Amino acid sequence: MSIKDRMSGNEALGVAIRQINPDVMPAFPITPSTEVPQFVSTMIANGQIDTEFIPVESEHSAMSAAMGSEAAGARTITATSSCGLALMWEVLYVAASSRLPLAMCVVNRGLTGPLNINAEHSDSMGARDSGWLQIYAENNQEVYDNMLQAYRIAEHKDVRLPIMICQDGFITSHAVQDIELNEDEPMRKFVGKYEPEHYLLKKDEPMAMGPYANSPFCMEAKRAQAEGMAQAKRVILEVAKEYEAITGRSYGFFEEYNMKDAEVVLVCMGSACGTIKDAVDELREQGIKAGLIKVRVFRPFPGEELAKALEGAKAVAIMDRAESYSTNGGPLGSELMAAMYRNKNTAEAVNLMYGLSGRDLTVSQVKDIYGDLVEMITKPEKNRAYRYIGLRE
Amino acid sequence: MRKLTEIRWHGRGGQGAKTAALLLADVAFQSGMHVQGFPEYGPERMGAPITAFDRISDSPIRVHSNIYEPDFVVVVDETLLHSIDVTAGLKKDGAILINTERNAEELLPLLNGYEGRVYTINAKDVCMRTLGKYFPNTPMLAAIVKISGVIPEGEFLSQMEESLRHKFAKKPEVLDGNMKALKLALLEVR
Repeated sequence: MSIKDRMSGNEALGVAIRQINPDVMPAFPITPSTEVPQFVSTMIANGQIDTEFIPVESEHSAMSAAMGSEAAGARTITATSSCGLALMWEVLYVAASSRLPLAMCVVNRGLTGPLNINAEHSDSMGARDSGWLQIYAENNQEVYDNMLQAYRIAEHKDVRLPIMICQDGFITSHAVQDIELNEDEPMRKFVGKYEPEHYLLKKDEPMAMGPYANSPFCMEAKRAQAEGMAQAKRVILEVAKEYEAITGRSYGFFEEYNMKDAEVVLVCMGSACGTIKDAVDELREQGIKAGLIKVRVFRPFPGEELAKALEGAKAVAIMDRAESYSTNGGPLGSELMAAMYRNKNTAEAVNLMYGLSGRDLTVSQVKDIYGDLVEMITKPEKNRAYRYIGLRE
Repeated sequence: MRKLTEIRWHGRGGQGAKTAALLLADVAFQSGMHVQGFPEYGPERMGAPITAFDRISDSPIRVHSNIYEPDFVVVVDETLLHSIDVTAGLKKDGAILINTERNAEELLPLLNGYEGRVYTINAKDVCMRTLGKYFPNTPMLAAIVKISGVIPEGEFLSQMEESLRHKFAKKPEVLDGNMKALKLALLEVR
């Protein structure tokens, strides 16, 4: 039985965390962190959960403490956003290479320059090579569902990697929307108890954590880490299937919306996908074969699967909410185009920058993009490989 | 046919426009609608102009952009009329609600030729008579419910009573004043 409610994306994370009842939450309890640590400490004060909350003096310390507690054998969570994530950078890599399956709620906001606090993917996209799993959400419902699946994926013995549960800052983190929550008991059962095989407080198995590894060993460690990421693909789908059996809501690497006969396709991540769906519906009424692929899992990157899903498309626009200043496209665009090349896709493809620093994306702008794609099918020379949407020129 | 009502709020930081927008989403949800309530975030501070939005629909809401062609606009602070184009994109068959001591005719020159309905309410007067303190968002919320018709008035009042009773469990006198303010606002909007 699902429970109908209404709440913000951050509040939805609060509910998921209450149902998970993690052992430890180290967090930096002020800006730039999120409301999530505040919700968790309130739930602790109210006796709803028995999580140990550690208020630390910086985000670097938050991630360091999270690593320490996870290494000790405790299921650990933290939350951050924007420059808070940037300050964790050094430790993110250590957490991943130490194979510590901790979870982090990331509210995606821009990294400063010019100073800005609004929605952008540049924070977690910057951390895309840190070895963390990354799952993105369209709305409060998805961020709730993703959070509940997080530990099952991260802690799986074939994976053992930390995981970021991402959502768009303010657009979903602070917007109140209706949502279907799950009952507590089935979720407690679904998430299960954390029983790590190796951990620092295991008295019969003394071990060192995070030792120096020189060149004869380091490359093998990285290869093993990459294998965990590769195995995560299978695990993500298994966990999603099990979650669907309980909740009726199904998840994969990505969602295909009106893709069956789609000729013009947008590929996007996060809240803008909802806006794009409304545009697709309007265009379909006009007979335009529009479709959307909403990428949910960015790490591991389902390149092969995405490229296959795009085989029927004639023109594709890949939407990035993060600039990488490569002059060759954003992170999603670059990675997906590489996958399409390997898969020998024949569609025209363009990479678009949208929504930087919280810039709004509207249904009418999305319809214009589809219009450009329709034109691109017959006039490929119109293809401008990389450009900005909604820019004041 | 899908029925969607879009409302845009203009206020100043500290007046509770964001809270009112979220409260409206809350009561609309309780009466069985799909809702979205969100503020536009910027460098907020007391007195700075802020915008908040509501979408209320009989079917699930997916769009995540701001509202550019609202059915209704609520202006919590009339001094904003001088600096912000509050009627931008407002539908002709919609309406604008302004918190003011003046009447609608006096404000028309500030509304950029808006041809739709103009409603006013003296929220300060309503507040002083019922709460003894000026919290404009409470009367504005009741007034927009009345004008927009998104929820029947009776249902709105009973839901507000329930949620305020819960919120102010330890301060029953606050509940009383707020309910009086809501009821008076339903009568005073013109």
